[in-house]
Amino acid sequence: MAAKAKSAMDIVKLARAADRLHLRDYMALIADDFTELHGDRLVKDDRGLIGGFASIGGVKCLVLGHNKGSTLEENLESNFGMANPDGYRKAMRLMSLAEKFHVPVVTFVDTPGAYPGREAEERGQAEAIAKSLEFSAALKTPILVVITGEGGSGGALAIAVGDRILMLENAIYSVISPEGCAGILWRDGAKAAEAAEALKVTAPDLDALGVIDGIVPEGKTREETAANVKKAIVATLKHLSSIPVADLVARRYAKFRAM
Amino acid sequence: MAWFELQEKKTKIPGAKALWTVCGRCRKYVPNAEWKKNSSVCPECGYHGRISARERIALLADEGTFEELFADVGYSDHLNFHDASGAYVDKVEAARKKTGEGESVITGKAAMEGIGVVLGAMDFAFMGGSLGTGTGEKITRAAELALAERRPFILACASGGARMQEGIRSLMQMVKTSAAIGRLKEAGIPYVSILTDPTTGGVSASYAMLGDINIAEPKVLIGFAGRRVIENTIHQKLPDDFQTAEYLLEHGFVDRIVPRNEMKSFIVKMLNYFGF
Ligand SMILES: [Zn+2]
Repeated sequence: MAAKAKSAMDIVKLARAADRLHLRDYMALIADDFTELHGDRLVKDDRGLIGGFASIGGVKCLVLGHNKGSTLEENLESNFGMANPDGYRKAMRLMSLAEKFHVPVVTFVDTPGAYPGREAEERGQAEAIAKSLEFSAALKTPILVVITGEGGSGGALAIAVGDRILMLENAIYSVISPEGCAGILWRDGAKAAEAAEALKVTAPDLDALGVIDGIVPEGKTREETAANVKKAIVATLKHLSSIPVADLVARRYAKFRAM
Repeated sequence: MAWFELQEKKTKIPGAKALWTVCGRCRKYVPNAEWKKNSSVCPECGYHGRISARERIALLADEGTFEELFADVGYSDHLNFHDASGAYVDKVEAARKKTGEGESVITGKAAMEGIGVVLGAMDFAFMGGSLGTGTGEKITRAAELALAERRPFILACASGGARMQEGIRSLMQMVKTSAAIGRLKEAGIPYVSILTDPTTGGVSASYAMLGDINIAEPKVLIGFAGRRVIENTIHQKLPDDFQTAEYLLEHGFVDRIVPRNEMKSFIVKMLNYFGF
């Protein structure tokens, strides 16, 4: 109920907070094992988006996620969790492996957006995201999406096509950053709070809009929040794994078809 | 300098605007009749001016064969969106009035040199061709119709990206359309994407880049992030040809650059190769 008192911009700030749990923190807290695999087999190993096989509460899965850091040093290495095309292509490569060996996929979404850089454009940022959407929409294995922090536009969406979409209590998910929207529609980036309100970016908003399937409550401690995420992952993957894969893919299509 | 003087002079002549078109690149004055006859391509420098979705369809469909479908699908103001300059609903209604279209894309069935296709064209004049829920729904229905009737799907894109006034559901149109196009590919039905000026943001990052064949008009702007956003991020000036059709061809993301007047015959030739 405390969430009711917070403004949309308060939640945007919480979602972006440096001390928020990031992918590596989750892996340390909830995975019995996380074995990272590298590279897109084409150009390089993007550090903004990472992935590997993991065991969470005894459930084997492929984990993919934006690699936001908690310190400046980590963020310089991981590009603040902003993926290049190579990151999305690595994600597709690993998803193919998951499909081949019937392993479910869990994605951790936490990015300001896809990296807006010269080389990103040269290597086809648009094509990489487009292909990711088409590819994951038809993947023949379960996909669970967890929006843990900042769900920033197309860069988030590229790994947010799944059978279930969960969102942390203080995460956000938006078509454009509140600052970007304010800059265009208010002609004043400082009006971000108004834009955040108008865009409806919080978990309860997105739940009401029918875009997400559930909200994961955040605890008083990091351990408590991580435990909630773990519980949600284990229960959801168990359920999704019981659905015949052809039905799963058909339902996934229908799910986005209705949006 | 000459064009500037001409423009100055022109504004003083009543009715001059009705007779001439100023080329967006070389700034030459071209008689309207000649400009139209040349499909809004500058006869002097080859600049491809922006055209409406209806004009695009007229260039691609055999005369009298276009049968518009899904025209009743419109926008959705589910956020009751208001910004500094007013309500979204007023802006989108103004766009409807200005363009005479219900949404930023027109979809339907047509014949191209006798081949039955599903044809769509986006209209940049309609809120910057932005991808709203209505736009995504029409494109998805068009793709599903192409699947059901096994017709090639030809779509001309022109868009600045997602329509932020429709919030997160605008973003979801990227998934919906891409998933529908994926189904066409699985079924062996051609999807041809025509990239026109401009094709950027969420549209370039979904159906625009997913063509079995991606065709661009010469010199058009195609990209994901905006030039200024990138320059501010990397603190570097970008080359002049950055994000042009030619740049994308060089980097391997479009199959071919085809002038407007040859677009239809090129697509028909490809469809012939695909067995249609
Ligand atoms: Zn010209």
